[in-house]
Amino acid sequence: MATPAWFSPSRNSRRIGRQIVLPFGKSVEIAYKSLRVRFFRSLITTLSLVLAVSFFSYTAVGNDIADGLLASGRPEYRQRLLRAGYDLEADGTRVARGAKQRWILMLSLLVCTVGILNAQLMAVTERFREIGTMKCLGALDRFVLRLFLLEAAMQGLAGATAGAGIGALFALAAGVLRFGPPALSCLPAGAAALSLLAAVGVGVGLSLLGVLYPAWVAARMQPVEAMRVEA
Amino acid sequence: MSPAPETAPSESAHVVRVSNVTKVFRLGRMEVQALKGIDLRIRRGEYLSIMGPSGSGKSTLFNMIGGLDKPSSGKVFIDEVDIAQLDAYELAWLRCRKIGYIFQTFNIIPVMTALENVTLPMIFAGMDSEAAVQKGLRLLEQVGLGDRHSHKPSELSGGQQQRVAIARALANDPAIVLADEPTGNLDLTTGEEIIQLLKRLSAERRVTVISATHDFKMLNVSDRVVWIRDGRIDRVEDREQLSITIGRIGTRA
Repeated sequence: MATPAWFSPSRNSRRIGRQIVLPFGKSVEIAYKSLRVRFFRSLITTLSLVLAVSFFSYTAVGNDIADGLLASGRPEYRQRLLRAGYDLEADGTRVARGAKQRWILMLSLLVCTVGILNAQLMAVTERFREIGTMKCLGALDRFVLRLFLLEAAMQGLAGATAGAGIGALFALAAGVLRFGPPALSCLPAGAAALSLLAAVGVGVGLSLLGVLYPAWVAARMQPVEAMRVEA
Repeated sequence: MSPAPETAPSESAHVVRVSNVTKVFRLGRMEVQALKGIDLRIRRGEYLSIMGPSGSGKSTLFNMIGGLDKPSSGKVFIDEVDIAQLDAYELAWLRCRKIGYIFQTFNIIPVMTALENVTLPMIFAGMDSEAAVQKGLRLLEQVGLGDRHSHKPSELSGGQQQRVAIARALANDPAIVLADEPTGNLDLTTGEEIIQLLKRLSAERRVTVISATHDFKMLNVSDRVVWIRDGRIDRVEDREQLSITIGRIGTRA
């Protein structure tokens, strides 16, 4: 029985694995186009992330503003902060990040992750045939995984940036309304920037976390799904 | 069934060999025997149709030939390689380079243009973008869509989408093109055009076309027709016998 030329007799799978490729740039391009075409769908998936991240950023920047006012050393701000319901740390240089605040934040982030998970699972179901077709064309599991992770990363970055910006704006507006212009002038810029960065980081992280299972489901899909006529 | 020794000595005359294949599906406690021992040899370059009513095991056999499903017992060889022995990478490679798929529902990837759909398998195969685009344009030209390469699937008719699918199936010069009811979602005239196109391309490129179909129009162009009934091969007809059968169907219809 003659062995055809295409079949390596040593059965070196790794070599064959490398013969099927999807360059990273191409993956990014496909993921980006996929998001753009399904813009409205992607928007809804991202919306819960925007809300959760803006809440996170609102809280963090609000704390930064309060810290800034405290650090200015003017006793009247200290009084107004206490009256506004802020607790102070024992040494009195920072406002306390209470356990309740942390819990609410955690819960909102958790709900958001579940929301993303749900939306992404639905997206995978909708795209069963498309994924199956790609696999018929020779796509490896990891191509599909990578495409979904890239899409989620892009969605996460866009949604988290928007959310962080919106939250920060609301926090600044609220600060100015409560404490007047010093809320802005005393704001430690470095700390606020760090808060924003953290919010974006958390957002991208959650987006990726939420897509992990759906992407795995998609990657494991059998190419024969592409043949299904119904749905 | 002795094949004509017209192929190069390095490649065997049979591009697909199905040997005593059975397939059992488990539905809860019930066992359904979809295939009850199939033997089939498919010659390189032939145009073969698999006919049979739904539920006959036609699709199961078809998926097995395409490496999309594995037999419960027996063996399927593609180019004399037992596909049950292949790992995930090798199967992906097989699907990418050796087999072109055409679907009843066209399955053009909706987010990509016609040209991008055709170039995708070539990118998977490691071809550089420039060459892939050139070849993609040439293929679209050959299926009569030279001027529509930048259209999205939503801007193409069913027949045009199937043409894109044919161009995509031929992208990596496969040995086999598998067409699953390629005319099932098309009107009569368009279906006829697609069949003629498939026939022409298979003759020009000496590619083996295997199609599962209900469509009697397909019989006119087939070199052989395999009739499946109840998980077994009912009969295999060559072209000469076919005209008789078609005549009978024609009078019956």
